Amino acid sequence: MTKLPVPGTLAPTIVDRVRRRLGKGQATVAASVVIALALLLPLGFLGLDARAAGWTEIHRVLFRERSLLLLRHTIMVSVLVVFFAAAIGVATAWCTERVQLPGRRVWTVLLVLPVAIPDFVVGYAWHSIAPTINGLFGATLVMTLGTYPLVYLPVAAALRRADPAMEDTAYSLGAGRLSTFFRVTLPLIRTAVLGGCVLVVLTVISEYGVFEILRFQTFTTEIFTEFQFDSQAAAALAVPLVCLGLLVLAVDGIIPRRAAPSAGTRRVAAPVVLRRALAPVLGALGGLVVLGVGVPIGTLVYWMTRSQHSTLPAAATLASATGATLRYSALGALIAVVLALPVAMMTFRRSSGPRVVVERSTYVTQALPGVVVALSLVFFATHYVYALYETSTLLVVAYAILHFPLALVCVKTSVAQAPARLADVGRSLGKGPTVVFLRVTFPLLVPGLLAGFCLVFLTAVTELTATLVLAPIGVETLATQFWAYQSEVAYGAAAPYALVIVVLAMIPGALLGLWFDRERHVRANLGP
Amino acid sequence: MHVVSRSVTGKGSGTCGSSSPSGPNPRGHPWRAAPALALVVVVGLASAACGSGSTNSSGGSGSTPGQSETLTLYNAQHEQTTNALTAAFTKATGIKVRVDNDNEDDFTARIELEGNRSPADLFYTENSNWLQQLDDRGLLTKVDAATLANVPEADSATNGGWVGVSSRISVLVYNPSKVSASQLPTSVLGLADPRWKGKIEIAPSETDFWPIVSSIARVDGKAAALAWLKGLRANAGNGATVPDNETIVSDVSQGTTDLSVINHYYFYRLKAELGTGSVHAEIAYFAPHDVGYLEDISGAAILKSSRHKAAAQRFLAFLTSDAGQKVLAAGDSFEYPIHPGVAANSELVPSDHLQPSSFTPAELGTGLDAKKLMQESGLI
Repeated sequence: MTKLPVPGTLAPTIVDRVRRRLGKGQATVAASVVIALALLLPLGFLGLDARAAGWTEIHRVLFRERSLLLLRHTIMVSVLVVFFAAAIGVATAWCTERVQLPGRRVWTVLLVLPVAIPDFVVGYAWHSIAPTINGLFGATLVMTLGTYPLVYLPVAAALRRADPAMEDTAYSLGAGRLSTFFRVTLPLIRTAVLGGCVLVVLTVISEYGVFEILRFQTFTTEIFTEFQFDSQAAAALAVPLVCLGLLVLAVDGIIPRRAAPSAGTRRVAAPVVLRRALAPVLGALGGLVVLGVGVPIGTLVYWMTRSQHSTLPAAATLASATGATLRYSALGALIAVVLALPVAMMTFRRSSGPRVVVERSTYVTQALPGVVVALSLVFFATHYVYALYETSTLLVVAYAILHFPLALVCVKTSVAQAPARLADVGRSLGKGPTVVFLRVTFPLLVPGLLAGFCLVFLTAVTELTATLVLAPIGVETLATQFWAYQSEVAYGAAAPYALVIVVLAMIPGALLGLWFDRERHVRANLGP
Repeated sequence: MHVVSRSVTGKGSGTCGSSSPSGPNPRGHPWRAAPALALVVVVGLASAACGSGSTNSSGGSGSTPGQSETLTLYNAQHEQTTNALTAAFTKATGIKVRVDNDNEDDFTARIELEGNRSPADLFYTENSNWLQQLDDRGLLTKVDAATLANVPEADSATNGGWVGVSSRISVLVYNPSKVSASQLPTSVLGLADPRWKGKIEIAPSETDFWPIVSSIARVDGKAAALAWLKGLRANAGNGATVPDNETIVSDVSQGTTDLSVINHYYFYRLKAELGTGSVHAEIAYFAPHDVGYLEDISGAAILKSSRHKAAAQRFLAFLTSDAGQKVLAAGDSFEYPIHPGVAANSELVPSDHLQPSSFTPAELGTGLDAKKLMQESGLI
């Protein structure tokens, strides 16, 4: 064990000492440390770049009146968006998981879709139908519509796994629906809600396209502007983003967690029947889908019908771009989920200080704009592993790094709800750890793993800035093709690529819905 | 990735050892199997992805002797234009060109990061300042004198570090139902007049905007340029700076704003996309030789790190030749060819009718002066 190969510059003695202090589950912890270090590589690059820019330049760029405005904007929009996204995410998850909803399966797909629509499409859509929607109001509206699925997905997964017995007990003791929700259900899903909120804030902090189009200046739009002049000073501008991200994680860390109580046998919740409330609920869900999905898709279709260019993209190009997007996004999502597993499990039984720090550190990258992360990978690849440069591997790794926190939140939600006792029982029956993991633990984690995979896949499909930098020469993805035509003012030719992105993104959403319905079906047949 | 892939393999074996009964911790915890499993999968995936990656690169690189040569081009010009040019070049010479597309600022940063290991042979940009920046850092190779002689001397780098390929003209774009042609300012300086308050939009982060700032600073002094920028900022109002020229021309057409300044081709491209009847915008030229009546140059260069310099020189020679410039003029790019004697797209005002100021790419340099002024004015 002591001969464990050591990554990078860490001396074996340090690893040993760390492991001794971390205690049991060292393998998980060691794996997590390695994963965290890899995820933090872009930060190291940022430091190097900021140093190369020189203190005078950093001082000039950072300490001026405009930075205060940018800071105020960034914080205001983050607070507003996280509030609305949390409210909408929890409400919609409760509707699809606890309410007898007509067309429930369709809703579960539709409600996730906004995250599958590229931000540059959403921004242009809103700008072209209502150019007056801009500033803080516009930014809050568009970002809320785009990020509430980040709360919806983990919360829905948590609600599926949460034992409804407690809610039923509350009802039977005479508690009303609202009071049951706030006093029983909400504490059960708190880990999921907080995890989702952290993702929302980090996404808002690192968002670029929407703010640029809606004319709302934040640190990210400033980075892109500065980047045009001096990429190193732009790295310096990313420092406040990292600080904001750390602040969010610190605040999140202070809020105490309560482990969800787990029952041996869990049954499916008896859905709440809405009578008079059904129509308004359906209306609200419909309105949400129209705003979040209908507006951008409608705009794309409108572009296609309005274009005078007779030549739409060749089906072959569309097919090869679809294939590339599908391959890279799926691989990136798979790697992100697989890497998230040990990190999520590390803090499961024991959340000592060092373990929490390692786990939390993996979120920081999410606060950085994609292009900053992509360029850091260019730096590392060209300096240390040139064979990887301009290969699809680097792009896949970038997707995994960029979207790792999305996977982690989903996997953590499942891990938090998988009763550890079951695994212990498996061990006591004389099964080896691998068998127990495969037959007991893993099946319990599947919903979280699937949700994580889907979320990372959806996000990677729509990623543009890092893809432009890292896509191997000659490889076109749907996003880069959309960008190429759109920057040519050929909106009609660009639109089909965006539409395929949306269709692709529907697949995991639909699969997820199907999987859970199958589970319901099996349980219903088995009886309570 | 370096760290991940290396340690991943090691970690996998380490974990397997620990979970075997003879390990130091025989009652291994069930969770312990997870990382082993995870890492095995990652290694598998990574090698699979590597496999496909190396297939890609070996398929693309033609540097092995006996095969025909392949050039790699970092392209920040509009993709369709470049594809037409490279196709014509390959047809004429048999030399293949791999094209990588991205924004010019991204490419510039990438080339600086890649240093002497850049996979690119050539860099083709919309604006010259990026090339000048790379040239200043010693990353470019001199262009052949014969190629430089294909285009007017003032349109290339003074030391021959890059060659001009095509040009665009900065013009006013306005919505005729909001402003009549007679009310338009005849100088770009007029845009700072308070009478345009709330009626203009600007895209200061677009490189096309910088030469105007540079030009005013050169002719009228830095103080005048700063005052002009502050006037623009007041007129555009809070939040009226837009991300790009495409947005400007579409906003003017929709009546979101009254007028703005763009490079002429965005207007023609929108017309080509939507049809003349659907574009409610017109363009107007400034007074002859006005400080804002500029010719912006798109250029190309060979990287010093290129291992195919001879072929790359042939590509630049083709770009600037009669044949290459005709390809450029024929498509929907709406740029002006600069090789003498090649006519522009017939929809455009013929180039001999244009009367831009004498401002040259050399005077724009890397555009850093313009940046400082824009930051000082609070516009960016």
